Amino acid sequence: MEAEPHVRLRHVRMAFGSRRVFDDLSCAFAPGKVSVVLGGSGSGKSTMLRLIAGLVRPTAGEIWVCGEDVTRLSERALGRVRRKLGMMFQNGALLDSLTVFDNLAFPLREHRALPPQAIADAVHRRLHDVGLEGVDALLPRQLSGGMTKRAALARALMMDPVVLLCDEPFSGLDPISLRRVEDLLLRVNREQGITMIVVSHHIASTVRMADNVVLLLPDRAVEGPPAALLDSDDALVRAFMREEDVAADTPFEGTA
Amino acid sequence: MIAAIARLGALVIAGLEDMGRLALFAGRVGVAVVMPPPRVRAFLDEVYKLGVLSLVIIGVSGFAVGMVLGLQGYNTLVRFGATNSLGAVVGLSLIRELGPVLTALLATGRAGSATAAEIGTMVATEQLDGLRMMAVDPVHLVVMPRAVAMVVVMPLLTALFIVLGLAGGWVVGVPLMGVDAGAYMASLESAVDFRDDVLGCGLKAVVFGVLVGLIATFRGYTSEPTSAGVSTATTTTVVVASVSILICDYFITALWGV
Repeated sequence: MEAEPHVRLRHVRMAFGSRRVFDDLSCAFAPGKVSVVLGGSGSGKSTMLRLIAGLVRPTAGEIWVCGEDVTRLSERALGRVRRKLGMMFQNGALLDSLTVFDNLAFPLREHRALPPQAIADAVHRRLHDVGLEGVDALLPRQLSGGMTKRAALARALMMDPVVLLCDEPFSGLDPISLRRVEDLLLRVNREQGITMIVVSHHIASTVRMADNVVLLLPDRAVEGPPAALLDSDDALVRAFMREEDVAADTPFEGTA
Repeated sequence: MIAAIARLGALVIAGLEDMGRLALFAGRVGVAVVMPPPRVRAFLDEVYKLGVLSLVIIGVSGFAVGMVLGLQGYNTLVRFGATNSLGAVVGLSLIRELGPVLTALLATGRAGSATAAEIGTMVATEQLDGLRMMAVDPVHLVVMPRAVAMVVVMPLLTALFIVLGLAGGWVVGVPLMGVDAGAYMASLESAVDFRDDVLGCGLKAVVFGVLVGLIATFRGYTSEPTSAGVSTATTTTVVVASVSILICDYFITALWGV
């Protein structure tokens, strides 16, 4: 019997003003698996993550995260759910007035009554995990793009989340940094069994790391393992996954 | 004509909605003040940024305004042979009106705009969303310490402005114009009433601190997550807070005679 999904979207409708993002989106993310959300620019990939995190509310529909419908929770109750989530933002979202060490220590200081030495040990362990050492005293603006992504990933993992949300973790990275972040995500997934939902437009990484792919198309969402989508009967899905040339008027943007 | 009235109506409704949102935001900040944990470190950091870093501009401005008051006051009083009342004129002008109002306007331009820009940048760079994802309320950690610090530093900056203003008036009146030093101080002492003038001045400073603190944090917190949004938040903070200060000043003066 298949395990209950950690995250499930049911008939979600979402619009920003007059611009519809999702008309009737339903999909699920299985526990312990790496799921990659693909789609054209403006297809709502990042919006989907923000919906799951409760940072924006849908116009209609249900979003179940770790057994709770986040669309119905108050901001205070959302805090309870968010303690089970980690989020790696596209640009890191590290607190720019704090050092890397303090950024990582921050969630522990806020939520766990740990002695300073235990916090320092936990921070250094995470920094080691992501291959960042000797950067404790640096401010976020002193880090390169790849280092920022890794520091953001380390912070997202500090509270041992059940579900990790990653928004474009590979964007703006050189091929070596990209593989490093990719390997890191896979290692974290294998070692800690964290459910991962990764928004990306990087097909090669998706094929290498994803257990499941959610492809947001203008009129629907298509789910399945990468191999199945690569060999899909649907020409649009196949073209997207194989990064093939398509007619200039092929609609990749719009509502799912 | 009807279209113009409709536009005016829409503007009024938008303004009322904005005031409603500001009131709700003020309620959230008020609740955050009493919620644990106390953000003492963040509060002290903000007192430094909003208060200590404003000392020079407030001090220099206060001294300059006092000198102008001393000169204008002397030129007027000398016609009536009443130059011995210069201390009273300078003191009452500064304590009842110019001290709290000009300090609030200067603090709006320096500290209020900086607060709005800082919070707006945190919105644009998703730092506030990052806090939410760590189950930390940004109003509690980011907004509340800044708003409370503004309320605390405003009376202190006002006091500094007034003291240096009195000194500026003294410098112009006594050594330059030849007013008797004892008469300057005696007229000041006899004219200024502690309860009506000094406490009233304190009331104005606190009210202006609340206004500037709330408007600056609200504009930053609700800014669009773009560089243009941060710019707009900064500009509207200065405009809205400055106008609010002047309107509030009238009502406090009219209602309490301060």
